[in-house]
Amino acid sequence: MTECFVYDAVRTPRGKGKKDGALHEVTALELATQTLRAVRDRNHLDTSAVDDVVFGVVDPVGEAGADIARLAVLNADYAESVAGVQINRFCASGLEATNMAAAEIMSGQSEMTIGGGVESMSRVGMGASGGAWPVDPQIAYKSYFTPQGIGADLIATLDGFSRDDVDAFAVESQTRAANAWKNGYFKNSVVPVKDILGQTILDRDEHMRPDASMQSLASLRPSFEQIGEFAGFDAVAIQRYPQVEKINHVHHAGNSSGIVDGAAAVLLGNKEAGARTGLKPRARIRAFASIGSEPCIMLTGPALVAEKVLRRAGMTKDDIDLYELNEAFASVVLRFMKVLDIDHAKLNVNGGAIAMGHPLGATGAMLVGTVVDEMERRNAETAMVLLCVGAGMGTATIFERV
Amino acid sequence: MNLTNFKWDQDADGIVTLAWDVPGRTMNVLTSAAVREIAQVAETVASDATIKGLVITSAKSNAFCAGAALDEMEGNASSSAKVSPEDAAAARYQGVMQFHGAMRKLETCGKPVAAAINGLALGGGLEVTLCCHYRIVADNPKIQLGLPEAKVGLLPGGGGTQRVPRLVGAMQALQMILKGETVDPQKALAIGLVHAVAPTAELVERAKAWIRNKPDAVQPWDKKDFKLPGGGPYSSGGGQVFTMANAMLRKESYGNYPAQRYIMSCVYEGSLVPIDAGLRIEARYFVKLLMQPESRNMIRSLFLSMQELGKGARRPKDAAKTDVRTVGVLGAGVMGGGIAYVSALSGIDVVLVDTTIERANAGRDHAASVIDRQIERGKSTPEKKAEILSRIHPTADFMALKPVDLVIEAVFEDRAIKAEVTKKTEAEIGAEAIYASNTSTLPITGLAEASMRPEQFIGIHFFSPVDRMGLVEIIMGKKTGERALATAIDYVLKIRKTPIVVNDSRGFYTSRCFGTYTREGMAMLAEGIHPAMIENVGRMAGMPMGALEVMDSVGIDTALRVTRETRKALGQTGRDAAEEFLSWMVETSGRPGRKTGKGFYDYDAKGKRQRLWPDLISSRKEGWRTDADVDEMKARFLTIQALEAARCFEEGVITDPRDADVGAILGWGYAPFTGGPSSYIDTLGAAAFVKRCEDFASRFGERFKPNQLLRDMAEKNQTFYGRFAPQKEAA
Repeated sequence: MTECFVYDAVRTPRGKGKKDGALHEVTALELATQTLRAVRDRNHLDTSAVDDVVFGVVDPVGEAGADIARLAVLNADYAESVAGVQINRFCASGLEATNMAAAEIMSGQSEMTIGGGVESMSRVGMGASGGAWPVDPQIAYKSYFTPQGIGADLIATLDGFSRDDVDAFAVESQTRAANAWKNGYFKNSVVPVKDILGQTILDRDEHMRPDASMQSLASLRPSFEQIGEFAGFDAVAIQRYPQVEKINHVHHAGNSSGIVDGAAAVLLGNKEAGARTGLKPRARIRAFASIGSEPCIMLTGPALVAEKVLRRAGMTKDDIDLYELNEAFASVVLRFMKVLDIDHAKLNVNGGAIAMGHPLGATGAMLVGTVVDEMERRNAETAMVLLCVGAGMGTATIFERV
Repeated sequence: MNLTNFKWDQDADGIVTLAWDVPGRTMNVLTSAAVREIAQVAETVASDATIKGLVITSAKSNAFCAGAALDEMEGNASSSAKVSPEDAAAARYQGVMQFHGAMRKLETCGKPVAAAINGLALGGGLEVTLCCHYRIVADNPKIQLGLPEAKVGLLPGGGGTQRVPRLVGAMQALQMILKGETVDPQKALAIGLVHAVAPTAELVERAKAWIRNKPDAVQPWDKKDFKLPGGGPYSSGGGQVFTMANAMLRKESYGNYPAQRYIMSCVYEGSLVPIDAGLRIEARYFVKLLMQPESRNMIRSLFLSMQELGKGARRPKDAAKTDVRTVGVLGAGVMGGGIAYVSALSGIDVVLVDTTIERANAGRDHAASVIDRQIERGKSTPEKKAEILSRIHPTADFMALKPVDLVIEAVFEDRAIKAEVTKKTEAEIGAEAIYASNTSTLPITGLAEASMRPEQFIGIHFFSPVDRMGLVEIIMGKKTGERALATAIDYVLKIRKTPIVVNDSRGFYTSRCFGTYTREGMAMLAEGIHPAMIENVGRMAGMPMGALEVMDSVGIDTALRVTRETRKALGQTGRDAAEEFLSWMVETSGRPGRKTGKGFYDYDAKGKRQRLWPDLISSRKEGWRTDADVDEMKARFLTIQALEAARCFEEGVITDPRDADVGAILGWGYAPFTGGPSSYIDTLGAAAFVKRCEDFASRFGERFKPNQLLRDMAEKNQTFYGRFAPQKEAA
């Protein structure tokens, strides 16, 4: 099998995913375009060497619809021969896009590819692409459809995580993210978003609340209590998990991932393609995997997929120096650490989506850049990026320093 | 035209009035013959140039049409085993599509068609009117319009799931169809189900006037720019409707009722396609549903058997009919008061006797409070209250019992007290009067020993609360005669409840079987299964309450007392684990049940369930098990009760599967989707049921050991409905 290397990884800063967010006035296409331009310009890349661009988008409709990857290729003035494809693995789309782009190389069918993702949650909107799951009785019924937040609260209930536990985790995420920004740990991958005049629109993650404390979080009301009770979703979840008498609703805006806009791109290639273009490999993709898990609780995929990918790589969890697990909800990460017995000291060392936000389709690719930078910074050898995924899935990738 | 089910009358303006009049039935039902005639009518109306329009009404004053002929349908559902399931399904599908074809002919005949709805229109009856371009309904608030199919495990298979949402929107439609709720004419007008409401006498003329006005004879859904009111599932509003409806449906039905699930799918899938495709979708789900055992069992128990029992199927044929005009009620507690109320409500005079006039008055006050609650909900009036209460005559004097036709004793559950009351009463009542005991636990044969005329002594077991529970369990003592049974049934029918007839035994039929449910819950608790799981899975199995919650209602102290008495009676010494546990709950922890607000659950001051008692949850040091197989737990709950019902058959306590099934569903809420315990066993097959019982017996205890009757049935491949086939009168 051909080896696949990471040659570069860039991301935009994450803008608040609301009408007053800095990136709200920037189109999804433009966000994707700027990451592709950055990959080209930073690496003096002859884009005709790129075979394919794979981008993840969770709500690929409206301006994000109709294969935005190919449109971004054209808009970024890449060579006409570069193909583009848009994929959707819900929250892991950006990582899955990277994995698929890597798979093209590892299978020997492409020389150089770009994986990535984009989501303008402020412009397109979460859930804008609809979908049968909650509305089609056949699948809603069969799979005990409940919104994600109920699943997160159900995890907390089953695993006994209290409101204090999840809030403390959220405060730590903010502290770590603030520290990482202060010390410039992200500056290698973050490329500011600029306007057509060349002025910077955003050069930092806009969603962060470094002043968050246990006290300030305590004042937030649980987000999913009402729909859980009045729309019947708690009852649905309890029928799937009848050992639960009552769901403990602990998640709120402050300990769940933030709604933000952003894009990311990862440049991948085989050894020869890198050498031809004079690029230095930064990491090797050792293994990747996706897995299905119980869809009602929805968010327990990470531990399962971690075990699967470790098995594929012939490694154990202790062989991994750094973990980057998307902070969809605090309980998701707490459960992962509990099930696999992983020390928080080597997981999400620079904070995560609770602090910085989760631009759905882009996050997975953003985490690749974050973890490669951090491996280099602390001279670590191995890292795993993984995310929980809607409808009960998980996706993970193992990286190695070269 | 030559029609059997309709009367055809064409007037000078060329407007045809088609009066529905099914021969030999008191109410119109939609038979296959009627459907064929509607197709003929549609063709004639379309092709005959002299015909300008059509008004469909009913020649029967009580109803427009009560719905599809369910007796025809039961025949369909259980018909011959020779045809392969695929062929049977295809044949049924063709049949349903023929119906749709006829109805489509009617609504696309090109000429205006109006329905003049002069009485109730339910199910298929309403569906026929939905194929008319105009619906006008009589202004009688008693007229019900609706699609009640879901209540008996069916879905409206005559286009209801397609046309109702297209008329009133998915939200209103789902509410109406999923619950099978009916609406009155004003509500129907308000939601857009009908176009107008008018006095009965004017209906046909108003419908003709509408036709003379040369209206657009095209259904909304056949117009080019048609849009579903409120939006389809992929509009923002519609999306929410379907998302919530799916969740609420599971919350309320626990996934046990295929009918509701299929209705949801019919409405969802149908809302995204043209009407003809929608009708095909509905037809497929309808046929698929008919092939599920749930629908056959529910139609049989909840509709056919209930109707038969409600018409006195179990009454001795030769006994003369008695009209109970005056009833004596002994004991004016909650049960006595309730019995007095339901009797007075049906026009029966009640002599309500207790030891003091104050106590007797309290019984009437109980009746008054029941009516007050109904007045609050707009279901009764102060005038009705006065009228009902005027028929209840409280007294402390047994002499007042002289004129009664029937006495119902509802005093304290104590043999000595009951015997004394029997003697005092028989000294006063007429020689012909029937004496009934409302005991729920004491065998009738024993109580009848105090009677001078045991052949006139019978058990009439009401359920609490009397005003709301539809079942009455009639118990035959060893010496009880046929006249007593006939009178008891005549009385129960008069108060509009459903009687079942059982033979004497401790706990009779209902209490005895229901008791196994709570005991199974306690057994699971002893196995260390998490209490929340026991409760949730009990409800998921289809039971109305968790087993522990039932224990709280009955009283954990009562259970402890019974356990000790049983041990004493059996001559055992020492305490077993169950008794230890009950004693810990009641005597160590002070948690006798709901009456004190403290049992397995904590209750608030109003007796509302709050949460499982936290100390119970933390009492098990090794933690509660959550790994028990949910489907197996459900099977345990339903199996142990069904097995007890099978024992009742073997012992002759129960003799008719209709009694067993209807009694179980109405009496203690046995999972209605099963059709009742005998249907449950029949559906599984006696052999498979025996096998399961043996498996459970080896793993969970001897209580699951199958009885000889079941083994015999398994060997002979028999069913309860076959072996104990009810005597049915020719229809």
